[in-house]
Amino acid sequence: MLQRLSFIPVRLIQAIPVVFGVTLVVFLMAHLLPGDPATAILGDKATPATIAALRTQLGLDQPIWNQYGLFVSHLFQGDLGTSFTYQRPVVEIVLAAIPVTLSLVAYSLTLALIIAIPLAAIAATAPNRGRDIVVRIYTLIGQGMPQFWVGIMLILILAVNLRLFPVGGYGNTALEHLYYLFLPALTLGIALTPTIIRSLRSSTIDVLGSEYVATARSKGSAGVTLFRHHVLRNAAIPTVSVIGVTMGYLVGGSIVIEKVFAIPGLGSLMLNSIFTRDFPTIQAVTLFVGLFVVGVGILTDLTYTLLDPRVNLTGSVRS
Amino acid sequence: MSTPLLEVTDLSISVMGSKARTKIVEGVSFSVEAGERFGLVGESGSGKSMTLRSIANLLPGGVTVSSGSILYKGQELIGLQNEKRRRLMGPEIAMVFQEPMTALNPVMRVGEQIAEGPRRYLGLSRSAAMDLAVSMMARTGIPDPKQRAKAYPHQLSGGLRQRVMIAMALSCRPKLLLCDEPTTALDVTVQHQVLRQLEELCEDFGASLVFVTHDLAVVNQTCSKLAVMYAGRIVETGPVKDVFKDPRHPYTQGLLTSAPDFDQPERELIPIPGFPPNLADRPPGCEFAPRCRYAQADCTSLQPRLLPVEPGRNSACLHTEEIFPGVLV
Repeated sequence: MLQRLSFIPVRLIQAIPVVFGVTLVVFLMAHLLPGDPATAILGDKATPATIAALRTQLGLDQPIWNQYGLFVSHLFQGDLGTSFTYQRPVVEIVLAAIPVTLSLVAYSLTLALIIAIPLAAIAATAPNRGRDIVVRIYTLIGQGMPQFWVGIMLILILAVNLRLFPVGGYGNTALEHLYYLFLPALTLGIALTPTIIRSLRSSTIDVLGSEYVATARSKGSAGVTLFRHHVLRNAAIPTVSVIGVTMGYLVGGSIVIEKVFAIPGLGSLMLNSIFTRDFPTIQAVTLFVGLFVVGVGILTDLTYTLLDPRVNLTGSVRS
Repeated sequence: MSTPLLEVTDLSISVMGSKARTKIVEGVSFSVEAGERFGLVGESGSGKSMTLRSIANLLPGGVTVSSGSILYKGQELIGLQNEKRRRLMGPEIAMVFQEPMTALNPVMRVGEQIAEGPRRYLGLSRSAAMDLAVSMMARTGIPDPKQRAKAYPHQLSGGLRQRVMIAMALSCRPKLLLCDEPTTALDVTVQHQVLRQLEELCEDFGASLVFVTHDLAVVNQTCSKLAVMYAGRIVETGPVKDVFKDPRHPYTQGLLTSAPDFDQPERELIPIPGFPPNLADRPPGCEFAPRCRYAQADCTSLQPRLLPVEPGRNSACLHTEEIFPGVLV
C-alpha cells in the first residue's frame, strides 16, 4: 500500500515548475490589465504628483522584470506583498478567505454527491425506461441553467419567500457557516450534478452488467447491499477523475456565487481586487487557485489509488 | 422414486431482439439427483450457459424464461418471488463462473468476497466469516491462504482465482453447484488440478454439480451423466461412459470424432461441416440436418423428439435405429 502511494512526493516536486508558471502568467496578466492601480487607489482627485509618488512607493515605476524578481524573492519568504487597497499583508487577507472558499467547495461537492449518487443509481437500474429518462432530462436542464440564475432563484424561493435560509452572508460559528453556506453550496452543487450523474450513470450501467455483479447476486446479494459493496466503489472510479477536472471550474464558479450570496471568500476578494487593480491580492488569489488545482490533481490520483487496488502510479513494475 | 434435487422440464428461454423474440433454448428437460454430477455439453451459442443461468436467476437483460418449469427440491423456481429465490442463492444453489478475472470484484479483497455469503447466511461475525474464508481457501488447495485472503483478484494467478471462486461458491455449503465452463480460462495442467479439487469438494460437501462445458474431455473426467445441446435443444442424454463409447446422435458422434483423443493419437479428426443455424431463422425439421451426413429427405421436414433409445438414454434423431444399429427402441 505505502509503496503504491510513493508517487505523491514525486508529484509534489513536479508541481513546483507548474506553480512557477502560474506565478509568471499571473504576474504578466495583472500588468496587461488596462488601468493603473495608483489612479484606482487615489481616485478621481489625484494629481499627477501624488500618483507618481504612490507609483514609486508601490514599486510600479520599476521595470517589469524587476517587479517580477522582487515578487518571486518575496514569495519565498512567505511575503506576497501588501494589498494596495486594504494596506495589510496580502497573505493575511488571503489566508482569511481560503477556509471560506474551501468549505464552500467541499460543501458543494458533498451536496452534489448526495443528489447525484441516488439519481445515477435510479437511472442506471432501469436504462432507457421512464425514471432514467426523467433523470436524463434533469441533467440536460441542469446543464442549461446558469449558476447565478439558479442562485437567485434559490434565494427567491428558499430565502425570500419561505424564509428557510439567509439571503447571504457567512455567519460566525461553524454551525452558522453550515447554515449560511447551504444555498450557495446547493447552487454550486446543482451545477456539478449533471456531469457527475452522466459519468456515474454510464459506469453504473457497465458495472451492473459485469460478471462480478452476477457473482454477487449468485451469493444472494441484492438491493442496497449489492449496490454498496459491489457497484458504487467500482462505478465511482471513472467518476473520480471527472470530479477532479470539475473542481477547477468549481472554484471559478464560486467567484460569481460568492458575489451573489455576499460570502467573504476568495471569489469576492478576487473580484474586488480586480476592480481596484490590487495586483498583490490578485496575484496571491490566483497563485492559491493554481496551487489548489495542482493539489486537487494529486488528491484525484490519491483517491483513484485508494479506490482501485489495480492502479499503480509509481511507474515501477508491480511486484 | 424420490424427488430429484433439480428437475428442469420443457424449459424455453427467449431473447428480445430488435424486431421479434428469438427462442435460444427450446423444450429443454433434464433432472439431477442429489449427489449427481451432470454435464451440459454443446458448442458456443447452443444455449447451455443460458439454461444454467436461468436456474440461478442470472439471465442477462432482455433474456427471459418464456415457458417451462425448474423444480428445486420440488419447489417451482419460475415465478417464485424474487426475494425467496434470492435466499436460495448461496446456501442452496451456488455458481462458479467461466472467467474468474471478471467474475471477482476487482476492488475487493478475495477473502472478503468469500466471507460475504457466510456472513449473510450463517450469521457469522466478520472475523469468524474471515476464518471460514481462509479455511475454505485452504480446502481448495490455495497455498498460504491467510496471506492470499488479503490479496486482490489481480494479484492472483488464473488457477488461484478460480479456486477462490470455488471456495466462494461452496462457502455456504450449497446442495447444488452450477459451473459455467469453470476451467475454460485455465491451461490444461491447472485445469486438471482444479477439476480434481472441485470433484473432491463436491464429494465432501455432498453437493450436486451441473457442469456446462464445450470440452468433452472435461465432462468425461468430471460427470456421470450428460446432455448434449445443439441449437437450444437437447439432442442426446445418457450416462457419460455410454455416450462416449457409443453415441446415439449424429451430432454427438460428430463432436467425438472431431475432438483429439490422447488414447488414440493416430485417429483422424473428422470436422463437422457447416455452421450452427441462426436461431432467429431455424431451418425446418431437425436443426442439425443441414450439417448431418446421415440426413434424409424427412429430416428437413419433421422435428425429431427426444425419445428413449435404451434404458437411461435418449436421443433426438429420426433415424437413430438405422444410423446406430443394434439400438432398442
